Amino acid sequence: MPEINILEAIRQAIDEMMSSDERVFVLGEDVGVRGGVFRVTDGLIAKYPRRIIDSPLAESAIVGACVGAAMNGTLPIAEIQFADFIAPAFNQIVQEAARIHYRSNGDWTMPLVIRAPYGGGIHGALYHSQSIEAFFAHVPGLKVLAPATPYDAKGLLKSAIEDPNPVLFLEHKKTYRLIKGQVPDDDYRVPIGEADVKRPGEDLSVFAYGLMLHYCMEAARMLAAEGVSVEVVDLRSLRPLDIATILASVRRTSKAMVVHEDNLTGGFGGEIAALIGEHAFEHLDAPVMRLGGPDVPAMPFAKPLEDAFMPSPAKIAAAMRRLAAY
Amino acid sequence: MAVSTKATAPGADVAAQRDLAPTMMRDMFRFMLLARALDERMWLLNRAGKAPFVISCQGHEAAQVGAALALDRTKDFTLPYYRGLGTVLVMGMTPAEIMLALFARAADPSSGGRQMPAHYSSRRLRIVTQSSPVGTQIPHAAGVALAEQIRGGDAVAWTSFGEGTASQGDFHEGINFAAVHRLPAIFQCENNEYAISVPQKMQMAVNSVADRGVAYGIPGVCVDGTDVLAMYEVTQRAVARARAGDGPTLIEARVVRLTAHSSDDNDRTYRSQHELRAMRQHDPIARFASYLHEHDLIAEDEERELREAIAAEVDAATEAAEQAPLPEPETLYDHVYAP
Repeated sequence: MPEINILEAIRQAIDEMMSSDERVFVLGEDVGVRGGVFRVTDGLIAKYPRRIIDSPLAESAIVGACVGAAMNGTLPIAEIQFADFIAPAFNQIVQEAARIHYRSNGDWTMPLVIRAPYGGGIHGALYHSQSIEAFFAHVPGLKVLAPATPYDAKGLLKSAIEDPNPVLFLEHKKTYRLIKGQVPDDDYRVPIGEADVKRPGEDLSVFAYGLMLHYCMEAARMLAAEGVSVEVVDLRSLRPLDIATILASVRRTSKAMVVHEDNLTGGFGGEIAALIGEHAFEHLDAPVMRLGGPDVPAMPFAKPLEDAFMPSPAKIAAAMRRLAAY
Repeated sequence: MAVSTKATAPGADVAAQRDLAPTMMRDMFRFMLLARALDERMWLLNRAGKAPFVISCQGHEAAQVGAALALDRTKDFTLPYYRGLGTVLVMGMTPAEIMLALFARAADPSSGGRQMPAHYSSRRLRIVTQSSPVGTQIPHAAGVALAEQIRGGDAVAWTSFGEGTASQGDFHEGINFAAVHRLPAIFQCENNEYAISVPQKMQMAVNSVADRGVAYGIPGVCVDGTDVLAMYEVTQRAVARARAGDGPTLIEARVVRLTAHSSDDNDRTYRSQHELRAMRQHDPIARFASYLHEHDLIAEDEERELREAIAAEVDAATEAAEQAPLPEPETLYDHVYAP
């Protein structure tokens, strides 16, 4: 099996879907001849000149036009250049895309994918580093995915494109080239709504997604050397959420921790902690621990400040030790 | 009413010279009367405590009916805003279906009683579902047209909104997008000079929304929206332009809002009696009735029979909808996601 990075996996998914289905198109800023600022769509305009479309610099129109197109027989992929710039499209995503099937009593469907590179640790400062999942995972009618590996990214993106509902597909930009993995040549799918135990363990369960999944894996390896067995669960899909896998893991290890880069208060970790508290309280040997970014408006530019913001493998490992010792 | 008509727009006299079939004119009149009769009945039902909310198309009938009849009802898409009763009747929605939405009945085709009345939708009729935040349908219309262009079809996406919506970012983003890609779209601004209570002069510093067409590189046409024939002609031209691949048109229909904003508004707090009386002189239905009589296109008894038939149709629609069942509570969770 060839080894590719996440960026290539996403490009392959788009390319293969566009090749097999003429209804699929991409709309976004710089997605055309430039191939996207991260080069996700590099080379695709030559293959699909009418379906790789550069948009004006207007996020509400990118999503809004895709919403309209999805109601006229096409399968749009909207690219938001940085997740930080998605706010002007919030109305179109939350009030329109997410509610169209419900408000039409099931008459219209909304087969729309919105791709958005998110996350920090790349010197992106306040407006090129944000994590936005909590805003959108709150919204019934939307699906929110955050894959962490090339295999999952490719398989989940294909599932998202085929899904009749609006899907926000979050790509951690630091993982684009950093994370490599084996991806088979066959036309596989990863189903939406299934978490994946990336590392089985016995002493405590850690739930993460995106870049933090990899930091948790690294921290788990450190703990293994110290004799602590950590189970690392990749959520992959935040809405719908695989509650069964989360609870099964906690019931086995009796200790749970959630890690995300988004700031802590009102973050997605609170939802996981609440679910565990509601459904697995009697199995717990320790309070559910949350590790998230600090409650500051966004990630600063200067390296010491950025480092202080980002959860790191060392910070995660320290938290794991505290939880293991509880 | 101050109506500024651009050189490109036909005046009433030009429209009067059009060789429209008398059957088409009677069709226009029938849809306008039907829209008015339904609208008036909805207000009565509201005041009788039977319908919690009404929002009106009164004064907009000519703009909506004239435009919609210029579309191809077998393939074109409409994305009408909450005043678009005349639009959806022409596109094929029935009076009974309108009344089902008013009473929030389970069989309401727009939303199954989930949305407020006047949030029209029907996939079968290519009437695209609407929300309440204004202007979101403008990028949707661009997107429907983009999909049409990608798929190589020749349907047109027609959308409507008020002049207050011209202040929204989605107005700019949607029309600009359609203009850049020369999409088959028609943007109809129904300018009744008020966004609830805020007059046009507090909404924009230009006299005409159509002036903005220049900024997008597309025709901006200001037309007397109380003249159904002028509306038909202007829309026909926009449709031909769109189908030929020449891009979108911005049409500003100058209309009157003969009612308060909605059943929850009282426009006498911000419009003078004098203004309200003057506005009544521009009722599009009275205007078209005079025209039809002047040109011997309809006889007095024909008009009376038509109005009686419509009243009976509205009675039947009201009765059927009132008797239809409400949605069951357990359907609350239906259709959150498509399977």
